[in-house]
Amino acid sequence: MPLRCCPVEAGIELQGLKKTYHSPSGPVEAVRGVDVAVHPGETVALLGPNGAGKTTTVDMLLGLQEPDAGSVSVFGGPPDQAVKAGRIGAMLQVGGVLRDLTVRELVSMMAALFPAPLSVDRTLAMAQLDGLAERRTEKLSGGETQRVRFAVALVSDPDLLVLDEPTVGMDVESRRAFWTTIREADAYADRAVLMARGVVVADGPTTEIKALVGTRKIRATLPDVPLESLEKLPGVTRAERRGEAVVLASSDSDASLRKLLEEFPEARDIEVRGAGLEEAFLQLTGDVEEVAA
Amino acid sequence: MSGAREYARYELLRTFRNRRLFIFSFGFPLLLYYAIAGPNRNVHNLGHTGIAATVYFMVGLAAFGAMNAVLGSGARIAAERAVGWNRQLRLTPLSTRNYFRVKVLTAYAMAVMTIALLYIAGVTLGVHLKSGNWVSMTGLMLVGLLPFAALGILLGHLLTTDSVGPAIGGTTAVFALLGGTWFPITSGVMKKIAEALPSYWLVQASRVGLGGHGWGTTGWIVVAAWTVGATALARRAYWRDTGRV
Repeated sequence: MPLRCCPVEAGIELQGLKKTYHSPSGPVEAVRGVDVAVHPGETVALLGPNGAGKTTTVDMLLGLQEPDAGSVSVFGGPPDQAVKAGRIGAMLQVGGVLRDLTVRELVSMMAALFPAPLSVDRTLAMAQLDGLAERRTEKLSGGETQRVRFAVALVSDPDLLVLDEPTVGMDVESRRAFWTTIREADAYADRAVLMARGVVVADGPTTEIKALVGTRKIRATLPDVPLESLEKLPGVTRAERRGEAVVLASSDSDASLRKLLEEFPEARDIEVRGAGLEEAFLQLTGDVEEVAA
Repeated sequence: MSGAREYARYELLRTFRNRRLFIFSFGFPLLLYYAIAGPNRNVHNLGHTGIAATVYFMVGLAAFGAMNAVLGSGARIAAERAVGWNRQLRLTPLSTRNYFRVKVLTAYAMAVMTIALLYIAGVTLGVHLKSGNWVSMTGLMLVGLLPFAALGILLGHLLTTDSVGPAIGGTTAVFALLGGTWFPITSGVMKKIAEALPSYWLVQASRVGLGGHGWGTTGWIVVAAWTVGATALARRAYWRDTGRV
């Protein structure tokens, strides 16, 4: 089992990937030709609406599904080889954990299956599970279960870490804490690949994600104004009410603000602040959850 | 390999922590044994087999309980799949061979405990066997369970948690009936059918318990054929089972 089999440059290469499912209502082209290359050290966010083909693409990347056409190369070889060498860690979309074990036992069991795992204590700390180590897995909340699954993905100390909708089922605070952990692990996405209807529609630096979801937050005290009329302001991607105040996410805060003051001169206590990538992620994963629920 | 050993250790721990599984796996065969063999404890030549009812049903129900226990691994596998755990395991270096070994080992742990409990129950109803016969009978039963262990894994990877219960219940019932768990099958078409089933030979282990002959060539061939066939199908089911349930 050669652990260092591959040239350092080899990362992930997906070429011309296609996958069609056969459903009772006819064939569904889940993935219709995806080309993506990821270099070592890169962190890539694969984004897109439900049904865009993200999970199918990830399944093929991990060797869980065979593509109908195209090829997958992970660290210079087929995905199976990387899996056998223990180089891949993954938190797959929706799932639970084995019951009748404590969190520590489950993570230890998974650690034992890999050639060079992290220490279980360190993994539990990274996944913020210190306080839950002796808890039985069937007694965990949805968000806690997600953290255990995260620990399972991390414990092998993988060269490739795949997180598929890791914050589904978490409340807002857990979600924020989760992405903070990721950032501390220095694994924050610096590139985003956007998929829709089975193909890649955009591939670029994450700054572009911010533009997609609204880079600035405008907060103003503005009672008695319906959110719908605020959502129509130029650049506004989302409007929320918090008591007397409203919070607007905007991809063009200058334009939004000018129009806001023109239409609603009674707006006061106005604050504008930049939304970080974290905010963008929160918003995107939040949308996904809303669609799924 | 040490990884697989740790995996086996935690799988056993999980199994032993599942109290409901314990109550039903052990409770039913025990209850049935006392209900059937208890009133017939003075029948010394059951259905002209030359075997006492207490011994016949002890072995029959040990076989039934053990068969249930090893097939039950299918239900546990289906439950693991329902939470996507098979996919998670697939992303570890654990080999198919070691996965199967661990699943069979856990299934056998339950089976051995069921058999032991039935033996104890038998002794309470006055069953007396030579120590060598206990050992050879048990050995033969453990071999006879192999096809069922493979069938359990097969069902677990083919079915969902909704359907696996009835499927295992039905499989056990048919195998037990045609295998002669409930009454001896001594002649006719039924016997021909029974002889082609692994459950018949599992129950026939009782002959050894009484110092009689083992399975003979037919028995070994039937058990081997079912083991090979079921294992091949189980392997195939496991390999194909990488999608989301």
